[in-house]
Amino acid sequence: MNKTVNQKAWFLILPVLVLVAFSAVIPLMTVVNYSVQDTFGNNKFFWAGLEWFDEMLHSQRMWDALGRQLIFSAIILAIEVPLGIFVALNMPKKGFWASFCLVLMSLPLLIPWNVVGTIWQIFGRVDIGLLGYFLAKIGVDYNYTQNILDAWITVIVMDVWHWTSLVALLAYAGLQSIPDAYYQAAKIDQASRWAVFRYIELPKMAGVLMIAILLRFMDSFMIYTEPFVVTGGGPGNATTFLSIDLVKMAIGQFDLGPAAAFSLMYNLIVLSICWVFYTVMTQMDKRDGV
Amino acid sequence: MAKITLDNLAHSYLKNPKSEDDYALKELNHDWVDGEAYALLGSSGCGKSTLLNIISGLLQPSQGRILFDGKDVTHAPTAERNIAQVFQFPVVYDTMTVRENLAFPLRNRGADASYIEARVNQIAAMIGMEAELGRKARGLTADAKQKISLGRGMVREDVNALLFDEPLTVIDPHMKWELRTQLKSLHHEFGHTMIYVTHDQTEALTFADKVVVMFDGRVVQIGTPQELFERPAHTFVGYFIGSPGMNVMDAKVSGRTATVGDVTVDLGADYAMPKGHVQLGVRPEFMQLTSDRSGLPARVRRVEDVGRHKIVRLEVMGKEMAVIMAEGSEIATDANYVQLKADAINVYANDWRVAPMGESA
Repeated sequence: MNKTVNQKAWFLILPVLVLVAFSAVIPLMTVVNYSVQDTFGNNKFFWAGLEWFDEMLHSQRMWDALGRQLIFSAIILAIEVPLGIFVALNMPKKGFWASFCLVLMSLPLLIPWNVVGTIWQIFGRVDIGLLGYFLAKIGVDYNYTQNILDAWITVIVMDVWHWTSLVALLAYAGLQSIPDAYYQAAKIDQASRWAVFRYIELPKMAGVLMIAILLRFMDSFMIYTEPFVVTGGGPGNATTFLSIDLVKMAIGQFDLGPAAAFSLMYNLIVLSICWVFYTVMTQMDKRDGV
Repeated sequence: MAKITLDNLAHSYLKNPKSEDDYALKELNHDWVDGEAYALLGSSGCGKSTLLNIISGLLQPSQGRILFDGKDVTHAPTAERNIAQVFQFPVVYDTMTVRENLAFPLRNRGADASYIEARVNQIAAMIGMEAELGRKARGLTADAKQKISLGRGMVREDVNALLFDEPLTVIDPHMKWELRTQLKSLHHEFGHTMIYVTHDQTEALTFADKVVVMFDGRVVQIGTPQELFERPAHTFVGYFIGSPGMNVMDAKVSGRTATVGDVTVDLGADYAMPKGHVQLGVRPEFMQLTSDRSGLPARVRRVEDVGRHKIVRLEVMGKEMAVIMAEGSEIATDANYVQLKADAINVYANDWRVAPMGESA
């Protein structure tokens, strides 16, 4: 087939280019721009090279925030994934109660982040919060504004409350796709409950679980609003996760250069973890195809 | 291995079945003789899978009992019944290797390792998958997976019965033959009671010693392939078995003759005066086209040459019928009549066959 050469065709992709430029490229380039410059105010900038990157790599504060962030993500994954699977396994398979459970499970997912934060902020307060007041009454010394452990527990319980549903719903969808014949065959083969889970349910859920883990990891790794509303990153810096620290630095202290440098590194971390997940998932698919 | 007795068995998927129509499986009494191969034949939704699932214990019947060798197992769970079942679509444990798949039922029952090893190798040889034993089951083709399912069904030697629920649906035609032949030879070798559900008459007739034909939740006939062919007990059996199915025509029967339209037909036996809606059933193999101005007036509609023989589609008194003619035979242009072979005519009253006088029922 003869194709007509017409370079004007490039104009057809112009709208997309403009959109992407405004939504992604220009903001990102602004950040890149900030990351290599310094200012003493008055809107005058001068070249700083890789100085900020170097500073950030040696900043104990950032390493601490990254450490807290990784611990937080690991803990909520370790809780939400098994709990979500457990909930999905125990949900009714059909009928009125199945729909009821689905609606009930989706409710936390529909609440905006800052509202979730506010709910738990009030819920946990010792003076007026249902949970805090009750705990104080039965003699538990609970105060998320002063005790580091209490703050962590509150933030983690809040995240589990907010997001376990997502894992449960995805796992439930995976379970629903298993034909009855598998369970019948397992009965005939006299498989134990554990064997049914291990050899039928888990393999069939593997795909959606991978997505659930990816989503939960990404989301928890970028968590900002909820802990910010509840603890404001405190007590001290105990619950200051990466995003919170970044915002503090960029907007609170107006350290645009270091903040920009760090947000680029943050971006790289997220990208590389995505790449790892992607590779693992495609490798699993390949193994399927053999 | 065991004799399986169905005693007054019936099942409805509704909670409070009112009329007979509410039953997916209508009342049934039957003995499945130990060591025979049965085929359960019928169109989709006629209750054959329901019956199979009741026998395997996946379904609790709404009435009646099931006995294995005289022992009531109606409410016993599947695992206790010690049966094997192969499903329509391959059920394999994806993450296990082929070997682990085959060993799974034995391992769950605590057989010892050396026995499992030997038995798995034996079964693998049987289904021709020795080379794939070490491979993961995931990623195998549908027919390989179904072979694993079959193998897993046969791996236990002491099963009471082997149940097959349309197991060859997903298998390629040439493999179907091979697997069916293997199943048959396995049956000869080990003498398991086998119940094979299918809607494919060829499959049923080639596999089974006895074919159980079901229609609308009811067993309409149990017989050898030959009995089903020559003496269909119900017009449905006539239609369903045979290719093309039996020709059925309304008639008035009195003694040894029948009147179809205004033509008198000799029946070759005495049927007295059957009551109800009376019909004659004649297989296409036993009808003959003729130019002799005797028999039923017929018009040839079209001729289908299927290789071994010709199927002639006719219109006889407003009804479509078929006649089978030998491959080489010519159809005369004035072949406007069709004759029925007297001793091959079956008489039906309200769809059920009427036995002629003197025939042992």
